[in-house]
Amino acid sequence: MMEVRFSGFGGQGIVRCALITGKAISLYDDKYATMTQSFGPEARGGACSSQLVVSENRVLYPYVTVPGVLVALSQEAYNKYEPELGNGGILIVEQDLVKQKPDTGRVQIFPIPATRIAEELGNRLFANLVVIGFFAAVTKCVTPDAVKKALPELVPGRFLKANMQAFDKGYAYGNDLMATKAGADKMAEVCEAVE
Amino acid sequence: MNVNANANFAQDNPMSQFLRMERMPHIWCPGCGIGTVVTAFAEAVKKSGLDLDKIAIVSGIGCTGRTAGYVKLDSFHSTHGRAIPLATGLKLANPEMKVVVFSGDGDLTSIGGNHFIHAARRNMDITVVCVNNFTYGMTGGQMTPTTPHTANASTTPYGNYEYPFSLPFLADACGATYIARWTSLHARQISGSIKEALNHKGFSFVEVIAPCTTLYQRRNRLGDGLDALEYYQNDAEIAHGLDTRQVDIDYQGKIKVGKFVEKQKPTYLDNVNQHYAQVIGDEYELYGKTTPEKEAEAKAKAESAAKGAV
Amino acid sequence: MVRKVKADPKGVLEGPHFMDGDHALAEGALAAGCRFFAGYPITPSTETAERFAERCPEVGGLFIQMEDEIASVTALIGGAWGGQKVMTVTSGPGMSLMLENIGLACMTETPMVIANVQRGGPSTGLPTLTAQQDMMQARWGSHGDYRVIALAPDSPQECFDLAIEAFNLAETYRVPVLIMTDETVGHMHEKVVIPPASEIEVVERNWYTGPKDQYKPFKFGAENYMPGPMVKIGDGYRFHITGLVHDERGYPQASVEAGKINITHLIEKIDSNRDKIVRFEADQLDGAEVVVVSYGITSRIAIKAVMDARKEGIKTGNFRMITCWPFPEKQIREIASKVKAIVVPEINYGQMVLEVERMAAGKCKVISVNSTGGAVHDPNEILAAIKEGRS
Repeated sequence: MMEVRFSGFGGQGIVRCALITGKAISLYDDKYATMTQSFGPEARGGACSSQLVVSENRVLYPYVTVPGVLVALSQEAYNKYEPELGNGGILIVEQDLVKQKPDTGRVQIFPIPATRIAEELGNRLFANLVVIGFFAAVTKCVTPDAVKKALPELVPGRFLKANMQAFDKGYAYGNDLMATKAGADKMAEVCEAVE
Repeated sequence: MNVNANANFAQDNPMSQFLRMERMPHIWCPGCGIGTVVTAFAEAVKKSGLDLDKIAIVSGIGCTGRTAGYVKLDSFHSTHGRAIPLATGLKLANPEMKVVVFSGDGDLTSIGGNHFIHAARRNMDITVVCVNNFTYGMTGGQMTPTTPHTANASTTPYGNYEYPFSLPFLADACGATYIARWTSLHARQISGSIKEALNHKGFSFVEVIAPCTTLYQRRNRLGDGLDALEYYQNDAEIAHGLDTRQVDIDYQGKIKVGKFVEKQKPTYLDNVNQHYAQVIGDEYELYGKTTPEKEAEAKAKAESAAKGAV
Repeated sequence: MVRKVKADPKGVLEGPHFMDGDHALAEGALAAGCRFFAGYPITPSTETAERFAERCPEVGGLFIQMEDEIASVTALIGGAWGGQKVMTVTSGPGMSLMLENIGLACMTETPMVIANVQRGGPSTGLPTLTAQQDMMQARWGSHGDYRVIALAPDSPQECFDLAIEAFNLAETYRVPVLIMTDETVGHMHEKVVIPPASEIEVVERNWYTGPKDQYKPFKFGAENYMPGPMVKIGDGYRFHITGLVHDERGYPQASVEAGKINITHLIEKIDSNRDKIVRFEADQLDGAEVVVVSYGITSRIAIKAVMDARKEGIKTGNFRMITCWPFPEKQIREIASKVKAIVVPEINYGQMVLEVERMAAGKCKVISVNSTGGAVHDPNEILAAIKEGRS
């Protein structure tokens, strides 16, 4: 079972992130996903969040308790939700928008300049799809195929292609980072062994 | 009167096609104005040539609210104030029907005031007949939103200090497209107006000032039903087309009557259909058929197709 | 006579969806053949109204946003006698406003479906947070003696399924059926599979087909008090209905005797058919020391606690009420006679637990696990009660 929180500020497509990922997982990846979101005044100003509980079996408790994955796309969201992320959890941050605390090794940090990548693709609105691609590569929680099947109806038709591209970019960026990280980890192991 | 005479009465009465004679006698007091309005309504329906099967009547609660129980149409005696939303449901579920709301001033404009306002705003295609006797008769003569300033009611025992509604003005301001007022003296005119209202497309409103002899008349020492009619005779002034801002009624003052408003405007359902047809186009399907009707249609279609094949 | 037909494919959005409970309610209603929705927006139920408004022109339906909840539910009575299957949706404050005319619907035996997406109360309460605080209101809220049917879905999928069930029950028993869901189920998204229309069974209205002059809108003495057939306006029956106590013709009858016949019918048409109406899920009741009885979203949390208890070696049964009203009296009575304790978690200060206590009648401990509203339980609270029940 995995608990995921997407967070950021209003307008970044935070709810859409969970909708797309949840739909992909539960309809096309043969797993269960339950999505919840904040409503009311809490959902409007400041930090906005949406949550997913993903499981091989039916999800019973629908809310996240101790998230294993936190996606933080804004400073406020990072400040608010980072302390709730479980030890050893995966933290995905928008590196250009979030100034992080010093890395204590409590969680695994995966930074991405998602907004910049989206702007290179023509529109910063695609940043959430870049993030989902990155999320898929880093967490393996959802397959790229499933996300692409889930996209129609959840993004405007005329932007479908661009959103797919954004996903691919984020996914590739994530895979590169994982490869580098794996390489770095291996190097560290080798170094350790040599010593 | 023996049983046979009673049976003959039920059979011979000119209203027998229109009333549930088995429910007679009715509950209304001698001198009450409601019966006159019901008779005028029957006359209007007769003259309009409408199919009685295609008219539904809805009342709320109160003396006038009993009308739905006596009229031999598809008839609904609803809760206090809620005749208009029930009528709205009937009309929208079955748009081929003429739906008439028949209720009193307290029911329609106090507890049901919000519904009155919004049905008029939507130009909902229903006819509302309000018997305005300035009081709650069934519960013992309390003040209503139309009780004239200074008039005595059981809840204003020292005289009414509130400002009353002028119902034609209210209806006009809210968007009603047909508005007339008469007194119960004007039986023929009431009938004429109800007939026009029934044939009008949109929210039509007919107010009838009528005496509550038992409570309003007596409490205000205004005499009996005949005295009320005399008052109407002397103080009702026909003023067709008069600006509805000028039709308010002071205690025992002049009563402006006539047809104040008649205009054409798309109804709620016109707007629904026109708007959807415009924005959705050919795929839009008008709603409103029940499964048996759909099945009958499909059957007819299949039959005609089979005939065509032969 | 109950006439079942296959659903009209036009209203069935076949396939898998990732959908919240509120949307699923609207889809279930459309699949059941509902084409008339009158409502007033209120958090957390508004999404159902919005969905219906969006889907209406595609399926040949009508949506009207009324001026308030009183008008909404009253318009349903008109809509139903106009020949349509009708629905509205609301939450606590709106439910309070609807109650008088839910009474009128009961009295006139008008089929309709009302969903209450419960939020915390009283008054404006906690508009965006979950609760199960209107369960007794659902049963007793309108004045006078009457019965309704109330169902409690535990997921968006069940919102869809029970919406269809609700319409089928409403048509079968000519009664308002309440879907007592909650903010959590209403707002959470999960997979909802909508089957093809050919697999959805829909109870058609029991239309009268006899001679016109012999039609009576009500039937009081039938076997199991099953209600008589309906007609709609405009078909020449020229019938009358009223909120007053009435006879089979629908004519007011202000007598003790008439009241007895009329009211007994309203009560008995549900009570006599309780076994046919009541639905539940039971798991490992045999040999259980403790049984958890719950409904709606709480039943999912309860399963978690039950599983934890079993891991600790406590023989724990689980009983999920799908139908809350009429209450599964027989089933709870039987459980109470065999176990040490029944644990009843609810997101309220103890409502359905009163019925459980009434059925247990002292035969076993009954432990209420309260939550004042706003959040679902921590499964550990329920686990603690299970342990307490065994000791």
